[in-house]
Amino acid sequence: MPLLFKNMSMTDSAIQIENLTKDYPTGFLHMKTKRSLENLTMQVEEGEAFGFLGPNGAGKSTTIKLLMGIIFPTSGSATILGRPISDVAMHKDIGYLPEQPYFYDYLTAAELLDYFARFYDFSAAERKERVEKMLKKVGLETAGKIQLRKYSKGMLQRVGLAQAILHDPKVVILDEPMSGLDPIGRREVRDIILELKREGRTVLFSTHILTDAEMLCDKVGVIVGGKLQGVGRPDEIVGLQTQGMEILFEADAANAKGAAILAKATKSGSRYALRVPEDSLYAALDELKAAGAKIASVSQIKPTLEEYFMHLVAKDRAQAAAIEVHGK
Amino acid sequence: MSRIFSVALNTFREAVRDRVLYNLVFFALLMMTAAIFVGQISLGIETIVIVSLGLSAISLIGLLIAVFTGVGLVSKEMDKRTLYALLAKPISRWEFLVGKFGGLVLTLTVNTAAMALGLFLALLFVKHSLDGGDAAVLVAVYFILLKIAIVVALALLFSCFTSQLLAILFTVGLYVAGLFIHEMRNLNGSKVGPAMQVFFSWISYVLPNFENFNVMAAAAHGKPIPGTLILQNTAYAALYCAIVLATASVVFSRRNLK
Repeated sequence: MPLLFKNMSMTDSAIQIENLTKDYPTGFLHMKTKRSLENLTMQVEEGEAFGFLGPNGAGKSTTIKLLMGIIFPTSGSATILGRPISDVAMHKDIGYLPEQPYFYDYLTAAELLDYFARFYDFSAAERKERVEKMLKKVGLETAGKIQLRKYSKGMLQRVGLAQAILHDPKVVILDEPMSGLDPIGRREVRDIILELKREGRTVLFSTHILTDAEMLCDKVGVIVGGKLQGVGRPDEIVGLQTQGMEILFEADAANAKGAAILAKATKSGSRYALRVPEDSLYAALDELKAAGAKIASVSQIKPTLEEYFMHLVAKDRAQAAAIEVHGK
Repeated sequence: MSRIFSVALNTFREAVRDRVLYNLVFFALLMMTAAIFVGQISLGIETIVIVSLGLSAISLIGLLIAVFTGVGLVSKEMDKRTLYALLAKPISRWEFLVGKFGGLVLTLTVNTAAMALGLFLALLFVKHSLDGGDAAVLVAVYFILLKIAIVVALALLFSCFTSQLLAILFTVGLYVAGLFIHEMRNLNGSKVGPAMQVFFSWISYVLPNFENFNVMAAAAHGKPIPGTLILQNTAYAALYCAIVLATASVVFSRRNLK
């Protein structure tokens, strides 16, 4: 399928966020505040699929709600397609799927989509055509006339996705789109996101599922404790944290010369794997050569996105614990 | 405008599917029983009894729906988070509010019209004919509708910033206070003190004046209702609703949803 927005400059930011901060009042009299998002600055380029990663309560949904005007920032600003987020008219070009979506349960899926389509000035015939197309796209063509109160969580998620892309938006913002879906549903949602990407639309989605992010995203942003910890290509972002070198080799365990280095390696089948710091690589190779080992491969140890993510979360928790102890 | 209309129609559809209009069955039964009973004990006051009973029931049922459905118009959407997807569409928060208001007023108009029809059928049953004096009953029904519209606007305002329970209490409180505007303006200063007299006099102009909408006695006796009162009450209700809805829009447009 050809790019829908090929005339747009690929360097323009579809979403531009500058120092976005959100404090929530807490306590009985709302005298205290809790910072949910701190000075978030990031961009999502046009035509890019951007994955927003973070644990529960990290600030992903807060950011998305701020972008959609559901809540208002304490400070900072953001624009989508060059227009401030307070401009409701720009919602014409945005599709949004809320987290754990819930819709008017007295309506059928077809009625709900028709109702939402009315906000985009489509003719009755166009609305009907779009509703049918969307129901088919999300695999609900046979359930379109059933009231939403009878829908499962996964079916509601599909309806949510259908209403988000009903009007061919240029920017699609999805809050946990895979949540509540079975493996088949997840695969279907992944395919829809890939299709949106192929069509040149900008997609921003939050997720816990790192493999999805690695598979779908041009770029990811990791947010922990309300602070953005890193932004980049999935391979690039984890590449920043190289963890050393891994040498795979075969050796004779009976050789006394190699006893010391074999003790440091782990055996898997007939091969050994030895992990060493980058600056100790040549020393280790010399030692293995002296022990008569046969080198099979030498590679850089790159942590997975999951490892990188877990490292950030652990760091944030350690910091939070330190602050708590210090506070006491 | 079409966006407001879409929200209003959906609100009406919600009320219908939530069986709000089932109250009409109760009203129909009440009117049938009253008409048969009054017809049997005919004392020459059948019209007065039927009109008073019918208008009271129309008013009470309308008020109950206005208060209990009105306070949930916005808060229910916030609690269930159905608002999230809707506000992501190109619709302003004030348009959503006006649409919700319009939808419930439309529901109440259909409901009130159906009850008014029931009342006229009961009148026809006891009187065997209708005359020009019965037009006052129609005006009284119209005034009840105007009164209910103000109550819906108030319930909507409170539902924008407080819980459903508090919104019910505030709305009912204002409604009751609005029935005593005349008394507030004519308080005896020597009994309540001059400061309180000034306070009540001032607040009586802020509170909704529901006394002016009560023409039940005149309607029951078939007395004509002046055209100036109809115009005055229509303008008052429109202005009051506009002010309350504008306030609600200001409050709601600054509200962080959950």
